Amino acid sequence: MSPIEPLVFTGLAALTITACTLIAFSKNLVYSAFSLLGAFAGIAGLMILLGADFVGVIQILVYVGGILVLYLFAVLMTAGIGDVKLSNPVISVKIAAPALVLLVLLLGKLIYSTHWFAAETTTFAPTTSAIGETLLKEYLLPFELISILLLAALVGAVAMARREVKEGKGS
Amino acid sequence: MINLQHFLFLAAIVFSLGIYTVVTRRNALGILLGTELVLNAAALNMIAFGHYGNKIVEGSVYALFVIVLAAAEAAVALAIGLMIFRNFNTIDASSVDEMRG
Repeated sequence: MSPIEPLVFTGLAALTITACTLIAFSKNLVYSAFSLLGAFAGIAGLMILLGADFVGVIQILVYVGGILVLYLFAVLMTAGIGDVKLSNPVISVKIAAPALVLLVLLLGKLIYSTHWFAAETTTFAPTTSAIGETLLKEYLLPFELISILLLAALVGAVAMARREVKEGKGS
Repeated sequence: MINLQHFLFLAAIVFSLGIYTVVTRRNALGILLGTELVLNAAALNMIAFGHYGNKIVEGSVYALFVIVLAAAEAAVALAIGLMIFRNFNTIDASSVDEMRG
């Protein structure tokens, strides 16, 4: 626990909350998609701050490198017809904004009134090899199941997109 | 001193903003952006509990599972979204109310 830790936490939390606020309240969906970068990077930094180095790097690789680019492609491909009207809220903000504040207050009260386990002194060590061993020993079945799930999702996504291209060529 | 509650409250804020995005967006892709925030908040919670419970490896494993599920969800959902856009020529979630092919 170095003295610089609260400073780093404050900076990363400010980045994350700012980006999330932009995502939630921006009128233009393209701005929302781009500010997703700030949210993902901030959360990856927080994970690394907590000593989960491997998950932080994977977060950047998968989210920023993969999912964010996918979202940008999708948003920009549909942005021609998705004009400002489609980005407008469907439920009145007058109802949703108080509900948002209420949800944050409720969760905050729950978090601060619950007696959590005492924070112990934790050691910071590389976690990569330990994660590998845990995945292949105790969590072998979930690991294999999630691999099959990922493969099925990949094949399903490709199959859907491919059939659509064929129809487009035929017509 | 940063403790568990700080991280939990931050994740709660991210979760709430994600729910707000899901509820208020009319664009189907905007709804998906909200679900990404919700899943990220869950992963951050896993890591925070793992760190302060001295079980960072188990917390990391669960966070990895969350990330894999988010990746699978994003791939399938965006494929469906693009198909809806091609078939209906709109991405408005409330105007897609027919089951024609």
